Amino acid sequence: MANPPSTDTVVKSIDYTMPRTDWMEDIPPQFIPNNYSNPAKPDQLEYFFGYKGAKEWLPTHEDWQLPENWQEIIYEGFRERLEKYRSLKVFMDICVRCGACADKCHYFIGSGDPKNMPVLRAELLRSIYRKDFTTVGRILGKLSGGRKLTKEVIKEWYMYFYQCTECRRCSLFCPYGIDTAEITMLARELLNLVGIQTDWIMAPVINSFNVGNHIGIPPHTFKDIVDFMVDDIEELTGKRIDPPINKKGAEILFIPPSGDYFADPGTYTFMGYLMLFHELGLDYTLSTYAAEGGNFGLFTSHEAMKRLNAKMYAEAQRLGVKWILGGECGHMWRVVNQYMDTLNGPADFLEVPRSPITGTVFQNASSTKMVHITEFTADLIRNNVLNLDPSRNDNKRVTYHDSCNPARAMGLFEEPRYVINNVCNHFYEMPEQTIRERTFCCGSGAGLNNDEFMEMRMRGGMPRANAVKQVHDQYDVNMLACICAIDRVVFPPLMDYWVPGVDVTGVHELVANALVMRGEKERETDLRGEPLPGKEG
Amino acid sequence: MNALYALIMVLALVIIPLLGAGAAGWHVLFGVIVPYLAFIAFVLGFIYRVVLWGRSAVPFKIPTTAGQQQSFPWIRRSRIDNPSTRAGVVVRMILEVLLFRSLFRNARVRLFREGPQLSYGSSKFLWLGALAFHVSFFVILARHMRFFTEPVPVLFNWMETLDGIMQVGVPTLFATEIVILLALAYLLLRRLIDSKLRYISLPTDYFALFLLFAIVISGVLMRYFLRVDIVDIKTLSMGLIQLQPEVPDSVGVMFYTHLFLVCSLLVYFPWSKLMHLAGVFFSPTRNLPNDNRMRRHVNPWNYPVKVHTYEEWENEYRDKLKEAGIPVEKE
Repeated sequence: MANPPSTDTVVKSIDYTMPRTDWMEDIPPQFIPNNYSNPAKPDQLEYFFGYKGAKEWLPTHEDWQLPENWQEIIYEGFRERLEKYRSLKVFMDICVRCGACADKCHYFIGSGDPKNMPVLRAELLRSIYRKDFTTVGRILGKLSGGRKLTKEVIKEWYMYFYQCTECRRCSLFCPYGIDTAEITMLARELLNLVGIQTDWIMAPVINSFNVGNHIGIPPHTFKDIVDFMVDDIEELTGKRIDPPINKKGAEILFIPPSGDYFADPGTYTFMGYLMLFHELGLDYTLSTYAAEGGNFGLFTSHEAMKRLNAKMYAEAQRLGVKWILGGECGHMWRVVNQYMDTLNGPADFLEVPRSPITGTVFQNASSTKMVHITEFTADLIRNNVLNLDPSRNDNKRVTYHDSCNPARAMGLFEEPRYVINNVCNHFYEMPEQTIRERTFCCGSGAGLNNDEFMEMRMRGGMPRANAVKQVHDQYDVNMLACICAIDRVVFPPLMDYWVPGVDVTGVHELVANALVMRGEKERETDLRGEPLPGKEG
Repeated sequence: MNALYALIMVLALVIIPLLGAGAAGWHVLFGVIVPYLAFIAFVLGFIYRVVLWGRSAVPFKIPTTAGQQQSFPWIRRSRIDNPSTRAGVVVRMILEVLLFRSLFRNARVRLFREGPQLSYGSSKFLWLGALAFHVSFFVILARHMRFFTEPVPVLFNWMETLDGIMQVGVPTLFATEIVILLALAYLLLRRLIDSKLRYISLPTDYFALFLLFAIVISGVLMRYFLRVDIVDIKTLSMGLIQLQPEVPDSVGVMFYTHLFLVCSLLVYFPWSKLMHLAGVFFSPTRNLPNDNRMRRHVNPWNYPVKVHTYEEWENEYRDKLKEAGIPVEKE
């Protein structure tokens, strides 16, 4: 990992004044360590996509080893997608370049690079569309904003479509709802067609496909991890729990993001799930086949997304559960809420989700049959079935980050807040322009949470971190809560960089801290082993 | 440079009728043939573009959710910004199309290097400018309907009275003419002055603005300065609409210039970004409800894909599974 430069250097380098040159002439982009992701390996592409003839290349190389007929491939791929996606066709046609989106992108705010303005990111594709697919563009060429598809353009696409986290913040402000995430997704599909893809996305995709989760944790190791957690929970609470794995006939299949059983602080959130389910006596099961809620296919292609997502329904059917409960994960919920039913449904072998504890029927999930854990828990708290002691979280001054996807592809705002407010006594909102539907990305989503991209991650995370800094300075906030496993992995370094002194937690870690379990021993510490308030001595 | 190209193109469009209808006196060409052709081109082009959009599939339901989802009765949901019903979508679209709801959210980011601190100031000028332009354009268009109706419906008369309510000057000055000129000037100046806007602006962005400017200016000149015979113009316009075109002698070259520029706009419209007028209705992030988990959306081209089945997976891990005490299908 190349260390990012100091915060001072980064802040000084940001300049929102644009060059006086024509953007179409500012190519190719400069690939320097820290501003790009490493490419996928040929065997990965061949294995997963059946892509033949891929060769090794590096972004810093002059020759990217494109196939001989690469222009034709891109052209055909583009034409096909214009027919398959009205979104693409309309978004290519109707932008008026009003500039409302320009300063809405976290990468633009953190870098000042003009091509990170969403409008220009889309123009990178749109300029080719105009030249090759519109009558006026064919005749007028550059005058109507068209340009030729060259190898430099491909390099530019790789740079900037892998500097977009598909967070959709720009689409909120666009008067026509042009969604850069959609454009980036399809541009990445086009790049796939000529063998251009990142290693950090392909590796989790293949692991998820083959093994069942991003990191490639095999089932027996998964069991070991769960056993470790069970020991920790016993030490903490004096209660021995026994989480079911691949249990046929359970009522509910629970699917977490794998980040939650792989690394701190996500693991505490996972322990939180297990403690909550045990306390409820929930008839549920984990699965080692569908052990991943996250879906890096979303960052690759619609087809890859479908291939990975298929496991959820398949496993639910095999185990004979009634419905599915999903953990705290951001992009997983974009897939579950907006794609899953369409891609892999109808899930008519499942039942409309009903909480066995409160009897609440989750009508809003009546077709997809999958419920978000904060919906589930909010309902429990509302119905007073949990014994909660929020004072156990009194040493935590908490703020909450709305993860992009549950925010702008779902509208999950009140449920997590309701939960947090019931398990914590000190909760503070960040500035209004940076939360809820206006929330800022962590800067590392959409498969960009790799180490070689660290400087851009710190830059892209700046608006979020800066908002945290404001509540840190004003209210002494020391804990950033979120409902996304990628957040939990990428926020710790982001906070260390911009706002030292702020830790990161999942919502269900806070829940588990506050949860008074029947017959538990008096707790001395929180899930992390830190002394509880009043027990510091 | 881009602005200059556009300006030259619009000036060329001004010169054509000045020479053709003015110097050469081809009144039938500029008063009848060009308007008919332009109108046909507009209608056909418009339909063609809309049909093309309509032919593309809508594989997924991907609304941008801008408010609380529908979950429990005790959580107040945002019926308009995150609609889960058709009616909600209709209201959302109406707010979007008539009041530019999304643009109203606009806020400008500022970076203070001390700190550093990012702040987000409300920024409604673009919204105001855009709304001012579109509303006055619409009113002006409606006012012009008096040239194509006899008797003039009372609605258009009211509109005209309202527009001239300031009662300044003879003939009465229309408020919309001032507003549209100011709005166009604002929209043009921000492209020229704001470095971000200048960087992203294409020649076509300036072309649309200059063309609209030219249309408004020629209209204003005709009404207030180079007085033209309104009765003759109505004879011409009524003739056009009744398909019995007749060309009076005394309508004057400024009228032909105005008309030619409008024709240019009609022809240009379907092939340009101005189609956002229709396109906004097709935008899948706005025109679909967020009811994905309640009602399944069908993708017309959904196709089977290669998956890693449980059976294959168990075959690979059976021994390990058994060793770890995890249940298997086949012993």
